[in-house]
Amino acid sequence: METAHRKHPPYLWIWLYLALLTVAEVVLAFELPLSQNMKLILLLVLAVWKAALVAMFFMHLKFERWNLRVLALVPLPLAAIFILAALSEKIW
Amino acid sequence: MTHATIDMMHPPAPAEPGVQAYNLKLGMWVFLASEVMFFTGLIGSYVVLRFGVGEWARPGTVLNIPITALNTFLLICSSVSMVKAYAAIADGDQKGLRLWFLLTILGGAAFVGVQVYEYLHLVHSGFVPSGVRDGSELAERVASGALPAATMGLYGSTFYTMTGFHGFHVSCGVVSMIYLYIRKVLPGKYTRQDYRGVEVVGLYWHFVDLVWIILFTIVYLI
Repeated sequence: METAHRKHPPYLWIWLYLALLTVAEVVLAFELPLSQNMKLILLLVLAVWKAALVAMFFMHLKFERWNLRVLALVPLPLAAIFILAALSEKIW
Repeated sequence: MTHATIDMMHPPAPAEPGVQAYNLKLGMWVFLASEVMFFTGLIGSYVVLRFGVGEWARPGTVLNIPITALNTFLLICSSVSMVKAYAAIADGDQKGLRLWFLLTILGGAAFVGVQVYEYLHLVHSGFVPSGVRDGSELAERVASGALPAATMGLYGSTFYTMTGFHGFHVSCGVVSMIYLYIRKVLPGKYTRQDYRGVEVVGLYWHFVDLVWIILFTIVYLI
């Protein structure tokens, strides 16, 4: 009898990684003496980093075919255009 | 008994040509793409309102950050337990599937419970969707100038709209998982050859986690 075991990503390490990034976010937001603009940028980078980890390893986008990845990523530029268009009223 | 390693994304069911994903999974990805635009509408409106007006309440002055950070961690844990449930059934482990799937449901229900507790606490302190309730503890802080009076209404409406819609999505996920647990997981209907339901509901659940990661930063920390 043959049993096939799939090779899975290190889910528990990614969980630990996400937990540490969450702690880093809270420390950055309330403890570090940085300017508001710097905090804003760093917090957004950390949030995108965490979201990317979830999408790549838990939703398995890293292991999917390229065309499914494209399907998943198509809304992101549209979302960026939407927000930039809405903000343009403020910027201009 | 020999153990072989195979490609982890090998489809558990006949795949549609092109993307090599079965139709349920493809449908879920298309649905999630529409959900990205839905939450973009909410987040984009918040960003425009937040940075289009003057002073806004500073992070941590109204909302309880430690309990929400804990809730964020709880949702991340439930995302891990969901992917462990997926990994278990992909290996044909029914016992592992039952355990991890149940833990995911409990984690999701706990998240909703903590959010309801947070809402009750906020409403009790005077933070309501229309802003600040007259005569409340928060109204006194607004009167003393500790909180900006002009934007508290916008703050209340955007906060409850965004977190409320996310909470609704989490609740829908928990109800779906309870249904699958009773109808499919407990009777052992998922097998190593076909576990589409676990993967598809898992995609939804991870998406809900992903959205919360963004919301936590934008609504609570910035």
